[in-house]
Amino acid sequence: MITLDVNGTRKEVEADPDTPLLWVLREELSLTGTKFGCGIAQCGACTVLIGGQAARACVIPLSNVKGREVTTIEGLAPSPETLHPLQDAWIEHQTPQCGYCQSGQLMAAAALLRRNPNPTDADINSAMEGNICRCGMYDRIRAAIKTAAAQMSTIEPDTPDTEDNADG
Amino acid sequence: MGKWTRRTFIGVGALAGGGILVGVAIRPGNLNKHVDDHVAGEGETLVHVYVKIDKDNVITVIVPHSEMGQGAQTALTQMLAEELDADWRKIRFEEAPALKEYAMYTVGRGELLKNIDFPKFIVPSIDAAMMRLADTLDAQITGGSLSIRVTGEYGMRVAGAATRDMLKQAAAQTWDVPFDEIETERSMLIHEPSARVEPYSAVAELAATMNPSYVPTLKDPKDFKIIGQPIQRFDIPAKVDGTARFALDVRLPDMVYATIQRSPIVRGRLASIDDTAARAVKGVLDVVKLPVTEHDALFGDFIADEAVAVIANGYWAAHRGLRALDIQWDGNDQVSSETIRARQYRELENTDERETDIDVGGATEVLATADKIVSADYHVPYLAHACMEPLNATADFRDGKCEVWVGCQNPLGFRRAIATSLGLHEDDVTLHNLLMGGGFGRKSTADWAMQAALLSQRIGRPVQLIWSREEDMRQDFYRPALPSRFKAALGNDGEPLAWQNTYVSKMEPVEAPVVPYAIKAKDIGYVPSEHYLPIGPWRSVDESQHGFFVESFIDECAHAAGVDPFVYRANLLQEHPRHLAVLERAAKEANWNQPMGPGRGRGIALKESFGTIVAEVAEVSLVHGEVVMDRFVVVADPGLAVNPDGFAAQMESGVIYGLTAAIYGEITVQDGAVVQSNFHDYEALRISASPVIETHIINSGHKTGGAGEPGTPPAAPALANAIFAATGQRIRELPLRKHISFSTGAQS
Repeated sequence: MITLDVNGTRKEVEADPDTPLLWVLREELSLTGTKFGCGIAQCGACTVLIGGQAARACVIPLSNVKGREVTTIEGLAPSPETLHPLQDAWIEHQTPQCGYCQSGQLMAAAALLRRNPNPTDADINSAMEGNICRCGMYDRIRAAIKTAAAQMSTIEPDTPDTEDNADG
Repeated sequence: MGKWTRRTFIGVGALAGGGILVGVAIRPGNLNKHVDDHVAGEGETLVHVYVKIDKDNVITVIVPHSEMGQGAQTALTQMLAEELDADWRKIRFEEAPALKEYAMYTVGRGELLKNIDFPKFIVPSIDAAMMRLADTLDAQITGGSLSIRVTGEYGMRVAGAATRDMLKQAAAQTWDVPFDEIETERSMLIHEPSARVEPYSAVAELAATMNPSYVPTLKDPKDFKIIGQPIQRFDIPAKVDGTARFALDVRLPDMVYATIQRSPIVRGRLASIDDTAARAVKGVLDVVKLPVTEHDALFGDFIADEAVAVIANGYWAAHRGLRALDIQWDGNDQVSSETIRARQYRELENTDERETDIDVGGATEVLATADKIVSADYHVPYLAHACMEPLNATADFRDGKCEVWVGCQNPLGFRRAIATSLGLHEDDVTLHNLLMGGGFGRKSTADWAMQAALLSQRIGRPVQLIWSREEDMRQDFYRPALPSRFKAALGNDGEPLAWQNTYVSKMEPVEAPVVPYAIKAKDIGYVPSEHYLPIGPWRSVDESQHGFFVESFIDECAHAAGVDPFVYRANLLQEHPRHLAVLERAAKEANWNQPMGPGRGRGIALKESFGTIVAEVAEVSLVHGEVVMDRFVVVADPGLAVNPDGFAAQMESGVIYGLTAAIYGEITVQDGAVVQSNFHDYEALRISASPVIETHIINSGHKTGGAGEPGTPPAAPALANAIFAATGQRIRELPLRKHISFSTGAQS
């Protein structure tokens, strides 16, 4: 039995400690928003936040996240009624096509904006190059991240983030 | 979605809860001499598109195409809603179930019967995709960029207009006023003289008893209010919060997981297997061998080799189990990319077997006597589709019936293939189609869904079969590898007098290698070839390679003539004003005449495919000897872009898909098996190296063209031509990276 914190909720799972976090999320916790793409950390479809940092869940053994805070796409929005500014921007720019990579793209973008609220094109390229989009929506991803960054800087000063704090 | 039954499709009927279902069946009036063999002996219902109206005046449009991100479900709903004069705020849609009444072949034949100029490239599509099926009604294909230009134009718009007429007839009868005095607006019926206004739902039940016209009057495009608007797609909100449901997300009670390996050597056989270690892996439940199976593929029957699956209580255990198997495969392990290539070059010279696409003006004679000859050989490799979502399907076989959950491009075809493999009647197979994480042509062949159904039948439990990325890469239906040889004779002014082109292997569209340029003598043909790897439709099919071949070679002719490549093309397009307008607009938007500095270059390419003409201009820079793609300008004339933002998204997507293939894409064969396995050795273009893409749409008002594929063919030649402009290096073989370095854009 391993305990972890997923989207703010304590979860106990039975899986073998070497099982990648991806399969625990999808098959044990029914959090299917995180996707399987390659299994070797090459495509980014499985990107989640661990302690606020982007990580590829397909290669992170369950034992490595013991007691840590995991955020998946299901936990990105601040509340069931309110989307994260990135999600709003993704809709505004009609960013997804097939949509399969987009949970990972959004989580990678969320990690970027946590550490860099005003990223340049080069910052975006650097932070997002681990996430493949076979539908090729890269222009829209760049534009949506900038829209979200602008939105976040105008609404309110940075609200304290529990996960950032928790991760030190 | 409610339960669909055969009875639902008789035409119209009441729905539980007070709504109505309007079925619009377009029937042929008379079979006239213009109707060719395609319809002889048939002549039944030609279009089944459905409109539901509930008691709250909410209209649900039933869309007979799958969603793989191309946005066609929203655009098709726009087309029906437009002709119906529907209130967009109260429009819903549902994907049609996998039932014969939604087969698309009927739409194609409906087009023939109306004696409208049938796009020539659709005929072979229908032949190849459908005529080979035992039952020609078993196709519900989302592909060939057909959804909007065929289903939309000849199904959805007609259905919307017919339904509107039925509602007006019902109102005329109810109110006892003349039909012609009734107007419609935003799902309301209006009779001004008597000051009556009622929602569609008020007369829907009576309307349901009316006979739908199969030739209703369609709107003049100048009156469009919904078509042509950049309406937000229905499927996007669920794709930003993790709730979008793909096949991989299906969860059934008592479900187990499986992963599989098919013979890596084509037509290989299982020589030996020791599953002791696999069965010892914690969580592994069973190891199952699947026999060789035959099934329909889009380009002929395909034999799926033997495979071994590991069943477990989770994917990870199944994956570990599969890796623990000790398997030996037998087969022809002498085949390699080099042997395939050598054979194809021998075939290229086998003129006895050459088939002709077009032969006009005596090209051979012109070439024999010409002073100036340009010649070149081109080559492209096999390509995998590499959809983001690895192939997977969930099947539940019980009591002699099977339910299957899958994301596919041909639900009816899959249902039939699965039924055949299980030995069932197709009515005993229920197919649930889900969102596809990419399709690009791969998901039109049912091999993996058949495996899932067979596994459930064998183990007697619901099972989700998930292919590893490695299996997905190595068991594809590939874009073929092939060479193409060119020879052109240039006149004193540099313009081509003759154009000769021979290539190996042909799928479709038939006109893919044909050039629009004014060349009097043309001889284009091919030598048929058996492919070692299984082949299938890959985004834009043959247009992908011929776009690269012909638009590179015409660039070579321009260079040999000493003429600017844009001017050279434009001079040869005086008889094709639509092509010329697209080309000129692309040059204008890209500031073609503005010189670029040293180490920089622009390349242009033009290709009509799937009814849409696209020109692309690539701008590149050479930085430290590496190619950087700065910008792509895309100009497209689809006749009319039904959803301009969705159309632009398809162009962007088509460019990136084409560039990935142009720069990186190469599947090779060694020892009889595919070498590449995952994204580290079959790379995809990433955000850091992708160019800015600008799309400009020309709504010329010509016949509506496709969107999903036409953006891809010009991408590779535009880039290769830009590299030539920047470096003087003419690259005639893909992937380009074998010949020049590309920047990854990485910050290192």
